[in-house]
Amino acid sequence: MDYRSPTTAKDAAGLLAQDGAYGLAGGTDLLVKLRTGFVAPRMVVDLKAVPRLRGIESDARGWRIGAATPCAEIGEHAGFTAAWPGVVEALQLIGSTQIQGRATLGGNLCNASPAADSVPALIAAGAVCEVAGAQGEREVPVEQIITGPGRNALARGEFIMGFRLPKPTGRAGDAYLRFIPRTEMDIAVVGVGVSLALDAQGVCTHARVGLGAVAPTPLLVAAGAKALIGTRVDDAALKALAAAASAACKPIDDKRGTIAYRIKVAGVLARRAAKIALERAAGK
Amino acid sequence: MTVPGVTQKNLKIVGTRPLRPDGVDKVTGRAKFGADIHVPNMLIGRVLRSPHAHARIKSIDVSKAQALKGVKAVITCADLCDLPSEFIPAGEMMVNFKDMTRNVMAREKALYEGHAVAAVAAVSDAVAAHALALIDVQYEVLPHVMDVSKAMEPDAPLLHDDMYTIGVEPKPAMPSNIAKRVEFGFGDLEAGFAKADVIVEREFTTKPVHQGYIEPHACLASVSEDGKAELWCTTQGQFIVRAFCAKLLGMEVSNLRVTASEIGGGFGGKTVVYLEPLALALSRKACQPVKMTMSRTEVFRASGPTSGAKIWVKVGATKDGRITAAEALLKYQAGAFQGSPVQPGAMCAFAPYDLENVRIVGFDVVVNRPKVAAYRAPGGPISEFAVEGVIDEIAKKIGMDPVEFRLKNAAKEGTRAPYGPKLGPIGLVETLQAAKAHAHYRAPLKANQGRGVASGFWFNIGGETCATLNVGEDGSVAMVLGTPDIGGSRASLSMMAAEELGIPMEQVHAIIGDTSSLGFNFLTGGSRVTFSSGMAVVEAARDVIKQLRSRAAKIWEVSAEEVEWVEGRARLLGEGKDKSLSLADLAKTAGKTGGPIVGNAAINATGAGPSLATHLVDVEVDPETGKVTILRYTAIQDAGKAVHPSYVEGQMQGGAVQGIGWALNEEYIYDDKGRLENPGFLDYRIPVCSDVPMIDTVIVEVPNPRHPYGVRGVGETPIVPPMAAIANAVSNATGYRFTDLPMSPPRVLAAIDSQRGG
Amino acid sequence: MAKQHVTTTVNGDTVEFLCGTEQTLLDVLRDELYLTGSKEGCGSGDCGACSVMLDGRLVCACLVLGAEAQGRSVETIEGMAKGDELHPLQQKFLEHAALQCGICTPGFLIAAKALLAKKPNPTETEVRYWLAGNLCRCTGYDKIVRAVMDAAVVMRTA
Repeated sequence: MDYRSPTTAKDAAGLLAQDGAYGLAGGTDLLVKLRTGFVAPRMVVDLKAVPRLRGIESDARGWRIGAATPCAEIGEHAGFTAAWPGVVEALQLIGSTQIQGRATLGGNLCNASPAADSVPALIAAGAVCEVAGAQGEREVPVEQIITGPGRNALARGEFIMGFRLPKPTGRAGDAYLRFIPRTEMDIAVVGVGVSLALDAQGVCTHARVGLGAVAPTPLLVAAGAKALIGTRVDDAALKALAAAASAACKPIDDKRGTIAYRIKVAGVLARRAAKIALERAAGK
Repeated sequence: MTVPGVTQKNLKIVGTRPLRPDGVDKVTGRAKFGADIHVPNMLIGRVLRSPHAHARIKSIDVSKAQALKGVKAVITCADLCDLPSEFIPAGEMMVNFKDMTRNVMAREKALYEGHAVAAVAAVSDAVAAHALALIDVQYEVLPHVMDVSKAMEPDAPLLHDDMYTIGVEPKPAMPSNIAKRVEFGFGDLEAGFAKADVIVEREFTTKPVHQGYIEPHACLASVSEDGKAELWCTTQGQFIVRAFCAKLLGMEVSNLRVTASEIGGGFGGKTVVYLEPLALALSRKACQPVKMTMSRTEVFRASGPTSGAKIWVKVGATKDGRITAAEALLKYQAGAFQGSPVQPGAMCAFAPYDLENVRIVGFDVVVNRPKVAAYRAPGGPISEFAVEGVIDEIAKKIGMDPVEFRLKNAAKEGTRAPYGPKLGPIGLVETLQAAKAHAHYRAPLKANQGRGVASGFWFNIGGETCATLNVGEDGSVAMVLGTPDIGGSRASLSMMAAEELGIPMEQVHAIIGDTSSLGFNFLTGGSRVTFSSGMAVVEAARDVIKQLRSRAAKIWEVSAEEVEWVEGRARLLGEGKDKSLSLADLAKTAGKTGGPIVGNAAINATGAGPSLATHLVDVEVDPETGKVTILRYTAIQDAGKAVHPSYVEGQMQGGAVQGIGWALNEEYIYDDKGRLENPGFLDYRIPVCSDVPMIDTVIVEVPNPRHPYGVRGVGETPIVPPMAAIANAVSNATGYRFTDLPMSPPRVLAAIDSQRGG
Repeated sequence: MAKQHVTTTVNGDTVEFLCGTEQTLLDVLRDELYLTGSKEGCGSGDCGACSVMLDGRLVCACLVLGAEAQGRSVETIEGMAKGDELHPLQQKFLEHAALQCGICTPGFLIAAKALLAKKPNPTETEVRYWLAGNLCRCTGYDKIVRAVMDAAVVMRTA
């Protein structure tokens, strides 16, 4: 196995285009797969030395997060945490403190687990990926990246440079909740991200709902958003949201949960997450 | 054995909380655990494991692996001795060498996924891994059976065609997966149940759970060309490892020197051998040292969990709260080879109670899972989980406080235990009274919260133990022990030696000796070390004192009877009372008064006293997700005498949290081919720091009259009550009676929903 | 594939080593540099026994490639005490009997040190969640949490 650490996006794309090349960001998934023999790369391309993959910035377009920025670093960024508390909640649930020191949003997304914690929150936030490759860059909404368990929409040689998130304005809030059997260290059995915005009268004008671990890919639940928009996010709207979330689930029975359990808990968590997002929005 | 009864004196060291002598090594990373040593010319060994739960091994071709550059040895079962079926006692379990040689390396059949079938030693881990891939094993896959009840059915796939149930008369005509039937009890059950006003009868299930020590198995073996062998390994008993390996390799025990590394947790799981005989066989073949370590996956797939079980319990009681009859049927999974802890499970089941009519029947059943190993109070937590659930329910039915009900029926000194003998002084009543008096028991609860209580019993054991105290020429004392220190025994044993000798604890230096430095020691297990190594240390110290008195007598030209040993000094009795000599004074002149001063003890410790506990727990159940949160926990236990209270508390807290894991989330999940789906700490969910609250402890001290300081073992009892206490709490919080472990969120939610009617 | 030559800083000293590209930082620490205080309990980032600091961040050494250490700074348990003076956390772990078998202890100490550097006055809940990636099977965590909180007091008043 070859180890390379390119310093430009072009070199990175060139190396990743080679047969058997795997991108390395935080390594918290790749190294486990390496060790268990699940993958046998010919080359590991460490992307962390590519400058644009690191860092958190905000500009007129909104927030930009380098795809290989460790989650711990993002969580320490006061400005971003104030803007997108739900996204930060989600990425701070990816593994332990130790994992946080290494894990990245780019890796969490490209690993393409249906249960990736950051993904439903990023979907709810309306995040867009900057996808780089030999042909230059393109922008792809987060919900279009994962195509199935362990599969993503990136072409050979492509990798994620960064994430763009809008700047929430006015009375907006987001939240992420997941269910796990313990309090930490588990893979989500269900994950729900909700973001919403209110007008001056407290009526919901915008909403997005992301669901994880309940289908082969994380889901953008349009019916969930519909249940909230135009309401005051009252009990009836929350009930409708829960029903929409449960209805969107296409889960499997596995070692982490049953079909019936996931469907039911998706509704419960959607309701609870929306309540937190509402409190955050109303508090502004 | 000559150790006398309780020493009546003001204790200066026993009962205090000094720093442990091995502490600095362990907080600086200096301590050497199983995988922490490297020696020159060392090879790395790896094991090839069966991918099938049950398969006949038709052939093994190792020629390609052998030919790979860098491979120095390849072994199969042919490199270990086949041995006849004979039972040797080992702690609470019996060992059968025919089974052991087959468990460490499959012979005719692979009996569980992960069962070792071959092993290699090579110049690097990468070469060893490559070599494994070149070994060609031809399997004939056979139907497998995982469930204990299914395994007992007459048409179940048979694991061993020569297994006829022991304990059944006449001998069964057909072989089966039922290795053994045991029965305990007395009285007239029918008459007892006839007298009952209320009878509760329930079936319970528990899943196999792993000991979950953080340190994987590891060893380093070196066999020289002339057959002398050294073995370094992480184990609860270096002498047991020596005995097992010598037998499996056909060696003389005295030609094999085993050194116990520091041990990173065992809980019973490191009382057997896995890698050790393989590393020795590889080293013997390669004539180079061989180091082997298990991956975490291998630990889960191939090392011992405890049994999963099905238990049926029936108890009858009068309206005023007196138990009239009690009956239980236990079916324990043994894994691929006989030897589940069903016997101790059966003996413990009703042991906390004073009963007139009682019967327990148990079955030891083989299934296609890794062979079970001891796990903290082996067998007890399983049977007592069921019994304590029924006790709680019956108390509720007659409207009596559950602690009151237990007090009314509690076993005490003189009670005839269900397994036969009359009990000596025990502290169950004291733990129940402490529970009743504890503020925890009266604290208010909110909606969706519940409180549970349960008691637990464990025997504790003694056994063969040696200790040597070498008095140095400066008066310091080197204490050589034969029982690995798994959680602070160097501290407790140094304290007892210092207490006897009347010197500061810091003057005693504890060393865990290898197998050539002492006579045979049974292992660290059965809660026996502070008890029996403590007795040996006390006896060795008294041996030293006797010598010191005679040395002083020699100097003073009096008889030894005229010299007493007080507060670390020899003092002349009668006239000249002010004359005294310290240990250091006597050590300095030892060469002139008769030579080195060495105290020895070689004993078979008897008289271990059972330790009883009562646990209180408050839980909250999320009615929408089924998640159980432990809000508050109090563990109360009789320690006899807590030598070092901090480490007694630590045992109670650790056992309680292991029990919380067993109760709520830990279980083995297999696919339909019998392959383990969760062989790692990600999905085998042991409690993490944020899962639990502080664990309050109350130490009760009802001295064990058979120990010089009144010590009872304390390590195992703490895992007996938690599962029942938590099940009782969850039942009280939800109104649904929980009988199956683990009470994981999907199961709890399904139960709540079934009660709501969907 | 030839081995990689890596120059890095370990506990303040410049260290050079050769490592295979598959070798993790943990493999390198233990098997090449013989710093065996960092333990392998799982090899998958689930137990925290191999916790080290990498450029001032708490990580699992089993989830870092040895080659990634090039030009970086690694702190392990072997560098925690200064001469014969134990770090306050090490001292408090001893005083509180916060270890039984001791295999998880180095990882807990490194993780706790990282916590107190970031948060000198943590609540019990903060301690528990920060340390959730460090498994201990012996103690039930009670005495570990107490030791960390007590060390925090000592370090704040030092």
